[in-house]
Amino acid sequence: MRTLYLAFKYSAILLWSAFVIFPFLWALTTSFKTANGVTGGATWIPWVQYEPSIVGWQSLFGGAGGINVMQPFANSLIVTLTASAISIALGTLAAYALSRFSFKFLWMRNSDITFFFISQRIMPPIVLSIPFFLMLRTLGLLDSLPGLILVYVALLMPIAVWVMVDFFNGIPRGLDEMAWMDGCDPVTTFRRVILPNAVPGLVVAGMFCLIFGWNDFFFAFTLTFTQTQLLPVAIVSLNSSVTPWWALSAAALVSIAPLVVLAFVVERFLSKGGLAGAVR
Amino acid sequence: MLTITDLSLTEAKVRHLSGLTASFQPGTLTTILGRTGAGKTSLMRAIAGLLTPDSGRIALAGSDWTRLPPWKRPVAMVTQQFINYPHLNVRDNVAFPLVRAGVAKPEAAAKADAALTRVGLATMMDRRPSELSGGQQQRVAIARALVKKAPVLLLDEPFVNLDYKLREAFREDLVELLATETGTTVLYASTEPREALQMGDQIILMAEGRIVQSGQPRSVFAAPASLTAAQVINDPPINPIPFRQANVADFGALGQHPFRLPPGAYTLGLRAADIHPGGPHQAEVTLTEVTGSETITHLRLSGQHLVMQEKSVVPRTPGDQLGVSLDLGAGLVFGADGARKEI
Repeated sequence: MRTLYLAFKYSAILLWSAFVIFPFLWALTTSFKTANGVTGGATWIPWVQYEPSIVGWQSLFGGAGGINVMQPFANSLIVTLTASAISIALGTLAAYALSRFSFKFLWMRNSDITFFFISQRIMPPIVLSIPFFLMLRTLGLLDSLPGLILVYVALLMPIAVWVMVDFFNGIPRGLDEMAWMDGCDPVTTFRRVILPNAVPGLVVAGMFCLIFGWNDFFFAFTLTFTQTQLLPVAIVSLNSSVTPWWALSAAALVSIAPLVVLAFVVERFLSKGGLAGAVR
Repeated sequence: MLTITDLSLTEAKVRHLSGLTASFQPGTLTTILGRTGAGKTSLMRAIAGLLTPDSGRIALAGSDWTRLPPWKRPVAMVTQQFINYPHLNVRDNVAFPLVRAGVAKPEAAAKADAALTRVGLATMMDRRPSELSGGQQQRVAIARALVKKAPVLLLDEPFVNLDYKLREAFREDLVELLATETGTTVLYASTEPREALQMGDQIILMAEGRIVQSGQPRSVFAAPASLTAAQVINDPPINPIPFRQANVADFGALGQHPFRLPPGAYTLGLRAADIHPGGPHQAEVTLTEVTGSETITHLRLSGQHLVMQEKSVVPRTPGDQLGVSLDLGAGLVFGADGARKEI
């Protein structure tokens, strides 16, 4: 029975691994193909039977018929990292306040205020694009990195608040009180006791912010023209009358690389049982 | 001296403390005894600054604490839950308040090591709290409270979440530890009369947010001022038996007793140890609890629920008929207003 269970378990794992890895493998092999390699058709195995070429990769770094993704890649990194850092910093402070103190504004209480933050993510992006466009134009920040950072902070902070409120609610208040009695004022309590215990929450919130920020196409497209280009927009600009699948595949791999690295880095934080031993 | 004067506290529209006045001498251990919901934890939290009273005053050696935030009060507290900092190891947990108070890290670590050795955790200083048992975690919390050398130490039922045997052992250890804390005002909240009688220099009985009696534990036990006080300090619970006094005290089916009291309605508080097996009254056993070497038997006698305590283990089954005798003369008499009457 146990052998059967193990066989079933490992078959399922293998199947799922194949399901997850296959698109990457496909993109990787396509990125090393030429037009003939993509459309010519292989006799048996498409991702083995082809003549390798680096045309696709060359077109990402200023090669013929391509673009240079280095600048858009750097722009995307700057915008995503800065906006995520600001969102996490502000969102964490807001979330701690919402988790620990009672607020009252007209009919609204803490849960309403938390929902107000989250509700900004419920709106379709198209609704926000015109106000954002007008605001950035007024500020003279259209088609600029600071302008995009501001917009992304507005988009990412609700995610940070949402994740962190939930996380802080899970940290027992007894821990704050014990820190107070050990001589910490509320700010020191937050910095020395709560924040170190909120690392898994910060990692989750940070990951969400980075993923959403990095993958955004809509605002990167509508709020920039010629001066500032982010990676998703640059990748789309690769497209022409003949879809260059080899270049697009290479670009797709470049664009997911930071997220793959991120996944490996944060994995160890997420697997820890952070709050064990706080209150029993 | 720690003093509380006319302290009242309401939380979520519920009155937790009503006009409490008490003083606590340095170097003494005061046990605050009361049932769950009596207001013990609220009192402790108010003294620690975690709850703000509606009115009244809390002062230590004349300095007013009433509006002082908790981080400015020289108070240490151990709560029912075992609260430790999960991101710090055991040594850093104990050193934490010292470091916050500005003690140099090596000195704080040395003091933490000494405190941990005192509570028997010398070999576990580098572990995380999550790697310790419940009892060990509470020892860490106790060490952290002791290392601060705060003039006021609040112990809010610190052992209530431990098993019986461990609780007994910890209690003895704690008494030993506190003996060296001269000059510290220690308040120990408990729901267990035995614990209160065993530990405190002074005892305060609380019920429904009020102090019902305070004094030396033995004298309060021997002469509770009211039926409420008698109910709080007796475990097993005291048996309240109503009677009418004319020429003699008339207990109806339970008989008569020659008390000398003015005529009227009274209640006799009969301790469980003053009901004995073997006697003229036929009672029905409703429940038997064997605790260690004692047997607590719940009885139904003439429509009255009574509790009997025996210093031996006696197997009994619910439904059994048992002859019992009541030592009515050993009981405490309370008037219609609940106050104890001399007989």
